Amino acid sequence: MIERDLVIVGGGPAGMAAAVSAHENGVKDILLLERDQFLGGILNQCIHTGFGLNYFKEILTGPEFADRFIKKIDDIKDIEVSLKSFVIKLNNNLEITYLKPGEMNEVKAKAVIMATGCRERTREMAHIAGTRPSGIFSAGLAQKLINVEGLLAGNEVVVVGSGDIGLIMARRMTLEGAKVKAVIEIQKQSKGLVRNIVQCLDDFGIPLYLSHKISRIYGQDRVNKVDVVKVDDKYNEIPGTKFEISCDTVLISAGLIPENELIEMAGVEIDRKTNTPVATDKNKTSIEGLFVCGNAFQIYDLVDSVARDSILAGKMAAEYLKDKK
Amino acid sequence: MRKEFICIECPNSCKLVVDIENDKVVNVTGNKCKKGETYAKCEVENPSRVLTSIVLAEGLEIKMVPVRTNKPIAKKLILTAAEEIKKIRINNSVKVGDIIVPDFLNTGADLVATREVRNE
Ligand SMILES: Cc1cc2nc3c(=O)[nH]c(=O)nc-3n(C[C@H](O)[C@H](O)[C@H](O)COP(=O)(O)OP(=O)(O)OC[C@H]3O[C@@H](n4cnc5c(N)ncnc54)[C@H](O)[C@@H]3O)c2cc1C
Ligand code: SF4
Repeated sequence: MIERDLVIVGGGPAGMAAAVSAHENGVKDILLLERDQFLGGILNQCIHTGFGLNYFKEILTGPEFADRFIKKIDDIKDIEVSLKSFVIKLNNNLEITYLKPGEMNEVKAKAVIMATGCRERTREMAHIAGTRPSGIFSAGLAQKLINVEGLLAGNEVVVVGSGDIGLIMARRMTLEGAKVKAVIEIQKQSKGLVRNIVQCLDDFGIPLYLSHKISRIYGQDRVNKVDVVKVDDKYNEIPGTKFEISCDTVLISAGLIPENELIEMAGVEIDRKTNTPVATDKNKTSIEGLFVCGNAFQIYDLVDSVARDSILAGKMAAEYLKDKK
Repeated sequence: MRKEFICIECPNSCKLVVDIENDKVVNVTGNKCKKGETYAKCEVENPSRVLTSIVLAEGLEIKMVPVRTNKPIAKKLILTAAEEIKKIRINNSVKVGDIIVPDFLNTGADLVATREVRNE
């Protein structure tokens, strides 16, 4: 089996920042594995501005932020980037199995940094009563469809959840010509940034219903309407407050959850509630030499914080490798 | 006329109370710093936003090229501009910051690429 000093899994901002930092701290042999055909991770679909204010002191779009790190990586010849490389197995000996088109590879690492990001929560979708027609998307998937594939998810939209991704998508769908009829939030307050409520909803006159939820989805082949109802402090429906909104699309923005199946497979202790590794310190796991950073370690609101903490992870891995020698 | 705004220039989100006469700002209170005043003036007299979108690529390695205006443009132009962007095509490789349309819709802002995209 091929041996490498440091293998990093995931080529989003976390993996790229960790790679650059590990190199700066003396690691000379780095393999970066990314399953997609490009580096950048989730940033490639986040075409809006709002990235990098802390880190680069400039307001960038997601792809622009990614581009700065991609250029740094390109310039460092000690970092080998392997794209279309899907890691399917990791064990507690730090042996990694990954698939590339037409081949299966194995590599043994002295240290590993996992930077596999997060996925969207979809559990909340299951709680809505009614039929299961087409036209129900997670907000992040709709974002990818529009911004990467150029496909508009629908024409008359109701967004469930007013976190930043929900707000950003309400604006994005509007700009592409869809009619966003409402954003529905079960909490008393939006979790999204005030600036996003102003720029994404108020600018376009999109109503935000706080303390409301969707109680039912209707439609046979495609969604055709939803019931919306007001809820009390305990999230119980308040009788007599129900009204309907006709729509062909429901976008659900229910939050994010770290993607950590691989380290779980390796035997790392995981907190069931948050899906994050149980750790004494930031970026650490219960397995020596195995580090986790970025959204895989905890969900960050800002990519700037992802970069900052992933730089730390790169340094920790470099120090671990030095001590080992 | 008196209007309330929330300043979006920084996470403090100050609640601005703005007095307006003949579409001009005459007084701002509630701002913790000078930027709040500028923001209120802008919001009343010439509200503007950076527009981000995508442009269809032809013969490039990905289907859509992300773009932005390199300066804020008038808010009232945003929807028209978003429609106009749908007509544009990019058929040669671009780098971040490359100008796709100069002086986009006579706004003084250029439409620029935000991602490097190579030919197929
Ligand atoms: C929709 C959305 C909007 C956001 N808006 C903002 C904003 O306005 N401002 C801001 O600062 N932040 C924003 N964020 C947050 C910020 O973008 C993220 O926190 C950051 O990109 C996370 O970086 P990451 O590298 O941890 O994860 P990702 O970017 O998700 O990268 C993970 C990478 O790992 C790869 N990977 C996963 N599993 C494997 C495997 N098994 N094998 C190989 N590769 C694998 C994936 O393909 C991906 O490329 C937003 C996030 C989302 C989801
Ligand atoms: S007024 Fe100043 S401190 Fe208050 S939100 Fe605006 S920029 Fe921030």
